[in-house]
Amino acid sequence: MKFLDEYRESSAAAQVARFIRRIVRRPWTLMEVCGGQTHTIVKSGLMDLLPPEITLVHGPGCPVCVTPVELIDKAIAIAARPETIFCSFGDMLRVPGSSKSLLEVKASGADVRIVYSPLDALKLARANPAREVVFFAVGFETTAPANAMAVWQAEREGIRNFSVLVAHVLVPPAMEAILGSPHCRIHGFLAAGHVCTVMGWEEYTPISRRWHVPIVVTGFEPLDLLEGVQMAVTQLEEGRAEVENQYRRAVRREGNRPAQERIAEVFEVAPRKWRGIGEIPSSGLRLRERYRAFDAEGKFHVDAGAVEEPSECIAGLVLQGLKKPFECPAFGTRCTPETPLGAPMVSSEGACAAYYLYGGRRHEGNESELPSAAPGR
Amino acid sequence: MCLAVPGKVVSVIEEEGLNFRRGKVDFGGVLKEVCLAYTPEAAVGDYVLVHVGFSLSVVDEAEAQKIFETLREMEQLEELESP
Ligand code: SF4
Repeated sequence: MKFLDEYRESSAAAQVARFIRRIVRRPWTLMEVCGGQTHTIVKSGLMDLLPPEITLVHGPGCPVCVTPVELIDKAIAIAARPETIFCSFGDMLRVPGSSKSLLEVKASGADVRIVYSPLDALKLARANPAREVVFFAVGFETTAPANAMAVWQAEREGIRNFSVLVAHVLVPPAMEAILGSPHCRIHGFLAAGHVCTVMGWEEYTPISRRWHVPIVVTGFEPLDLLEGVQMAVTQLEEGRAEVENQYRRAVRREGNRPAQERIAEVFEVAPRKWRGIGEIPSSGLRLRERYRAFDAEGKFHVDAGAVEEPSECIAGLVLQGLKKPFECPAFGTRCTPETPLGAPMVSSEGACAAYYLYGGRRHEGNESELPSAAPGR
Repeated sequence: MCLAVPGKVVSVIEEEGLNFRRGKVDFGGVLKEVCLAYTPEAAVGDYVLVHVGFSLSVVDEAEAQKIFETLREMEQLEELESP
């Protein structure tokens, strides 16, 4: 497919990797923010192509992985009500709550449906006026314009049986939280290209300045990621720390203004709890006062209370790039994609699932100590 | 989750009283209806980046070519430097 295949060409990737090898002088650790990028890196074995000086650590950019257990429990409580049609993107269904997952309540009779777009959930609400249609509005800035549009549209049409369970998170505050950690060992970021498609990249300039880190807005194909690494390493070797845009074909400096306007009309910035990381101030979105009638939490008064996360799961450390998935004692044994203990093993964009599926752990050289769990490799 | 896929706009639907602009987008042979409200400039023949049924950006073809220019420059450098 055009604008995809040409960025997957392995000879081009090898060429950029050779170039990086020539310019790199010192060891550098870079974090790719987005889980989709983690997926490409591990799947295409990009870490094998890079020189040993460069370490890639995987960031918190998997909305499925950072949605707190309480919210999954709330989703389950709402979905279990007989009047509800609960709609969600597919990868939320297997995420474990404190006692079960949405898939399990579906199996025991709840009306839980996978939709491709929030507009499909809105369609269901129009078609089923006697039911309550609830959409699990998860995602980063990339997904916020779609979810904002669904709510905006519902309000305009006066659709009263539609609501959203909001779990929206924002990327820049999470990057700052990671940089502010005393254990942080990151020299530069590959910022999430599709988030920037919506938001542009001006909001990264103060972060880059304050922490003196290069931030390169990067795309999702192997060639994009390697060029992103090359741009970040060039900055580091030259002692620069700026925001640069590798993903120029899709990202403009100012982002997508109509999308930003619709987000700002429907949502406002609020503190959010991140699974495994904790509460980060101003790191999420909630519905504005005017749209509160569409807030599923208010509509159904579900209270899940505070819940303990499974003690064995070190997802919080994995999501902050402090540990690699194979350093988790449960990885590949008690925790697999079929029986996940934590969300990063559920979503294909979670670092644990990516390592399990594509054997990313082999890049680390201590294979003998690890369980031989990866199928098909 | 933030997956967005480029596809080619094959038709634009502008109906009376419709709430937003929609289009048919071709993803390597699979046609899907996409909301074009956030890319009002998208025209038939353009490639748009689509996420959960919404077009978020029109792919800039000139910018897309630049990575291949960079590759050519890298190649020339390699040739110059290799004995
Ligand atoms: S391997 Fe499983 S238990 Fe360990 S951090 Fe990943 S999701 Fe949590």
